[in-house]
Amino acid sequence: MQAQHAQPFPTRWKRPPVLFTHTVWRRVIYTGALIYLVLAMQSIEIDWQRVYMGLDRGWKFVEGFLLPDFTTRWHDIRAGLIESLTMTLTSTVAGVLVSVPIGIGAARNLAPAPVYLACRGIITLSRSFQEIIIAILLVAMFGFGPFAGFLTLAFASIGFLSKLLAEDIEACDGSQIEAIRATGASWWQVVNYAVQPQVMPRLVGLSLYRLDINFRESAVIGIVGAGGIGATLNTAIDRYEYDSAGAILIIIIAIVLVVEYSSSYIRRWVQ
Amino acid sequence: MTGTLSTDTTSGPAWQYRTPRQSLLQWLGWFLLVVLTVFCWQLMNENTIWAFVSDAPDQAMDIGSRMFPPAWGYIGQLWEPLWDTINIATLGTLIGVAIAVPVAFLAASNTTPSTRFVRPLALLLIVTSRSINSLIWALLLVAIIGPGLLAGVIAIGLRSIGFVAKLLYEAIEEIDFNQVEAVRATGASGAQVIDYAIVPQILPAFWGISVFRWDINIRESTILGLVGAGGLGIQLSASLATLAWNQVAMIFVVILVTVVISEWVSARVRQAVI
Repeated sequence: MQAQHAQPFPTRWKRPPVLFTHTVWRRVIYTGALIYLVLAMQSIEIDWQRVYMGLDRGWKFVEGFLLPDFTTRWHDIRAGLIESLTMTLTSTVAGVLVSVPIGIGAARNLAPAPVYLACRGIITLSRSFQEIIIAILLVAMFGFGPFAGFLTLAFASIGFLSKLLAEDIEACDGSQIEAIRATGASWWQVVNYAVQPQVMPRLVGLSLYRLDINFRESAVIGIVGAGGIGATLNTAIDRYEYDSAGAILIIIIAIVLVVEYSSSYIRRWVQ
Repeated sequence: MTGTLSTDTTSGPAWQYRTPRQSLLQWLGWFLLVVLTVFCWQLMNENTIWAFVSDAPDQAMDIGSRMFPPAWGYIGQLWEPLWDTINIATLGTLIGVAIAVPVAFLAASNTTPSTRFVRPLALLLIVTSRSINSLIWALLLVAIIGPGLLAGVIAIGLRSIGFVAKLLYEAIEEIDFNQVEAVRATGASGAQVIDYAIVPQILPAFWGISVFRWDINIRESTILGLVGAGGLGIQLSASLATLAWNQVAMIFVVILVTVVISEWVSARVRQAVI
């Protein structure tokens, strides 16, 4: 009985675990993770011979990236770039135009319940599938080319912008809405005079951010036939023209950088 | 009578929110945006065949009727690709995170060894990784190391580096520096300062970012197979090639359920950690 009290003062400090503070659970989770890792590793078959053969090609790609060839395929690259850039702008504008009414409809403090549910439904539908899958379906319906890409990006933009806009409207300062309403303003006037001034800076910021995302995505959806620089890139890689592919990648990175920095600059200026 | 306050609004200029110059500039800005959009629209649709576009409702009906009902029995062939997809996402996230952590420490302005040489290099790495979509990485890697899961894992890993490193270095830059000073005052070495003062502060952010990226990676790895990098996408491209739309619909259902579950898991974990 008395021996229990004779615990020496600890001379060493051990840091307590941050995650899974219960010892048994921690061990169970770590063992489970280890077993999963071993199983997952086994599902990967590595054909070392193929990898070895590919090293040569990989080196050619690195060379192509360091010494890009802009001129040989410049005509194709230019056409792809124009498609991508025009697609980006038009789809962002169309996405913003459609997502403003949907965003207002999906804000709980402005819309009646049936409208709210319908708009939330549209947002969920648009957000649950990613761009590539939408592009596959739209290319099948509208044929190859940038028009299908435009629709894909506009559709994806609607989910993104309306959701964030609706959240922003819901987070609006309620006292301003109440003040405008107290003057006898109609619903439209409330939206115009109390909500719109509060959310406008953020809406501009979100649109610019989406412009940035849409350009990145426009470089990808070309792989399934929706036009843009992605199609050009796919062709270049299929032809094993790694120097042209490197040039296209450098152009994509450069444009993404320019769009990202200018959009963050404008956002800071607006907000 | 003098001294009465004038309530006559017609005298003097009416109050305006903007000066004429400002409102003119704003109007000009919107006008330019409209012009640019119309111009882009024209340029984009130069080669559009409108007959195909007007035909779209019929095509949609046709595809819709072929998709429904989904080939429920096809699920038997989808379990293995689904397992592959989850593995691609998880292993890819692990690789990405393992590389992203040192890169983040090199890129954060308060932990980088040299702001002149190492930091720009780390930032360049982050930008390169971030601006190229994982599907494009997969396209390149399939050409280089051949089709299969490995290309998918590496593609996901390469794409994750930039995302994780960017969010993590922003978290490192926002830490409370007093704790670093306190630990340093005990005579701790550089590694010990990182271990005892910085890591505990960014650990919640780290887990949140990693799980968030894992969730995105599950989404992305479902379609990597379109370019041959393993997973559900391989079945998807096979079904698309044979125009087996009811199988395509089944794959969409599987993808949707997987994405919803992974999103739920990631939301729960982030809630628990942060």
